[in-house]
Amino acid sequence: MTKRFLFIVVCAVLAGIPVARAQDETEKALEKYRQMLKEDPWSNPALLDADRGEALWKAAGGPNRVSLERCDLGKGPGVVDGAFAELPRYFADADRVMDAETRILWCMEKLQGFNRADLIKSPHPAGGQPVKDLGAIATYVASQSSGMQFSAKLDTAKEKEAVELGRAIFFRRQGPHDFACATCHADTGKRIRLQGLPYLIQPEEAKKVIGEWPAYRVSNTHVMTMQHRLFDCYWQMRMPQLEMGSDASVALISYLVKTAEGGEIATPGLKR
Amino acid sequence: MRTSVIAIVAVLAGTMGAAAQQKSAADAAKADAAIKAAFPTAPADWQSRFVQDETMKQCSLHENLPPKEIAEEIQKRERATIQYPADGQLMGDWQRGERIAQSGYGLRFTDYPPRQANGGNCYACHQLTKAEVSFGTIGPPLLNYGKNRNFSGADTKAVYDKIYNAQANYPCSTMPRLGANKVLTIDQIKDLVALVMSPDSAVNK
Repeated sequence: MTKRFLFIVVCAVLAGIPVARAQDETEKALEKYRQMLKEDPWSNPALLDADRGEALWKAAGGPNRVSLERCDLGKGPGVVDGAFAELPRYFADADRVMDAETRILWCMEKLQGFNRADLIKSPHPAGGQPVKDLGAIATYVASQSSGMQFSAKLDTAKEKEAVELGRAIFFRRQGPHDFACATCHADTGKRIRLQGLPYLIQPEEAKKVIGEWPAYRVSNTHVMTMQHRLFDCYWQMRMPQLEMGSDASVALISYLVKTAEGGEIATPGLKR
Repeated sequence: MRTSVIAIVAVLAGTMGAAAQQKSAADAAKADAAIKAAFPTAPADWQSRFVQDETMKQCSLHENLPPKEIAEEIQKRERATIQYPADGQLMGDWQRGERIAQSGYGLRFTDYPPRQANGGNCYACHQLTKAEVSFGTIGPPLLNYGKNRNFSGADTKAVYDKIYNAQANYPCSTMPRLGANKVLTIDQIKDLVALVMSPDSAVNK
C-alpha cells in the first residue's frame, strides 16, 4: 500500500497535476487505506507492538524479576482497562502529574528496578527500528482504552498547573528559528510542504488527532508514541533532545489532552 | 452613583488585568525553568537556545498577538537589527536562491558537525515556483511576487528586510528572523531576494 501512495503522488507530480489535486489524491488514497484498516482492524502493524507490550507488562522483568501487574496507572494496581483514558493525572506516590509513558517509566524503575537513566538514554526508535519496550507497553496500555473518550479530570491544583504550564510552553518561542509549537499548530488548514497540520489549541481538531497516538507511522515503519512525537517536534524546532518524562513533556501532553477532552481514543492510529 | 459604579468596575478590571498579567508572567517563568530542565543532555554551547530575547518573551506572553504599543516596540527593535550588503547590491543569483529555498538543512542536533550550508526552507511554508508542487501554506504564496510588483526597487528592499527579519514588518510573525538570528548569511539572503524579485527567476515566469 505504501508503494501505491508513492506511486499516486509521483504520478501526480510528474503529470503536473495542480497541487491541490495531488493533495486530494494522496488524501483519498490515505483515507482508503484507513478505511481498509477499519474494515480489518487486525491489519495495523502497531497491534504487534501492542501484543509485545502486553507480554512485557505481564512478564517478570527487570533486576527485581517482577511484572508490571502491580503498576498503578491511576485506577488501582494492575488495572489497564480504561486507564489511558484518564491520564495524565496526579500520582501521590510520585508527587507529580504523569502521562502514560512517564508513569510506565516510573513503574519500571520503582517496581522492576530498572535504572531510569538507562531507560531514558535513548528511549525512541530510529527509523525502521521497532518501538522500544517502554513504547510497546505504552501502545498496549493505550490500546486498552481504544473506543473510549478522553476523560482525564485534570482538576486538582497540580493538574491545572500542568495544563497551564503546557499552554505557556506551547506558545514559548525559542532557538535560532524562534519556533514554538504554535508556529505550526495555531491555525486551521495549514501545511508544511504537503503535510497537513492540526490546529491543536482548538478542541474540535485536537479531538480528532490526539487520540490516534501512539500510532504506526508508515514513513518510519514503526510505532511512534506521544513522547516521541514531541521529541521529534523539538528536533525540528532546533532544540536539543527532549527528555522523556520531563515536566515540560508531561505539561504539554496534559494541555493537549485537556484540549482534546471528550475526543475518542482510536489508538494505535495510522499516520503517513 | 453611576460614576462610582463605573469607577469600581474600572478598578476591578484594572486589578484583574494586572493579576492576569502577573499570572502570565509567572507561567512564563515556570515555562523557562521547565524548558531548561527538559533537555539535560544539551551541550554547553546550546544553552543559549533556552534563553529568550525580549521579542521572543513578548511574543510568547501575548501568544503572538501583541498589543499595539508592544508591537511597535518589537518592530522598532527588530528593524534596528537589519544589516545590508556592503556594496548595496540586494540581489544575488536566483538559481542559488532556489536551492536555499528547497533546503531545510541546518541547526538540528542531527546536523552537527555541519555538512553543508544552512537552508532557508522557504518551501516548507511558501509557494514559490510553478514547478515545485510540494509547498506549505503557513506563509503567503509568493508565485509571481516580483512580476506583480513590476520588479520595483522599493519592493526588492522590502523583500530583503522581510527575509532578514520578518518581525521588523510583522511583529511576532511566525517566520524565523533568518538574517538577524544568523541562520542565513547576507549572501544567501541576496540569493533568496533574487529568487523572489528577479525577472529571470522561475518565481516570475
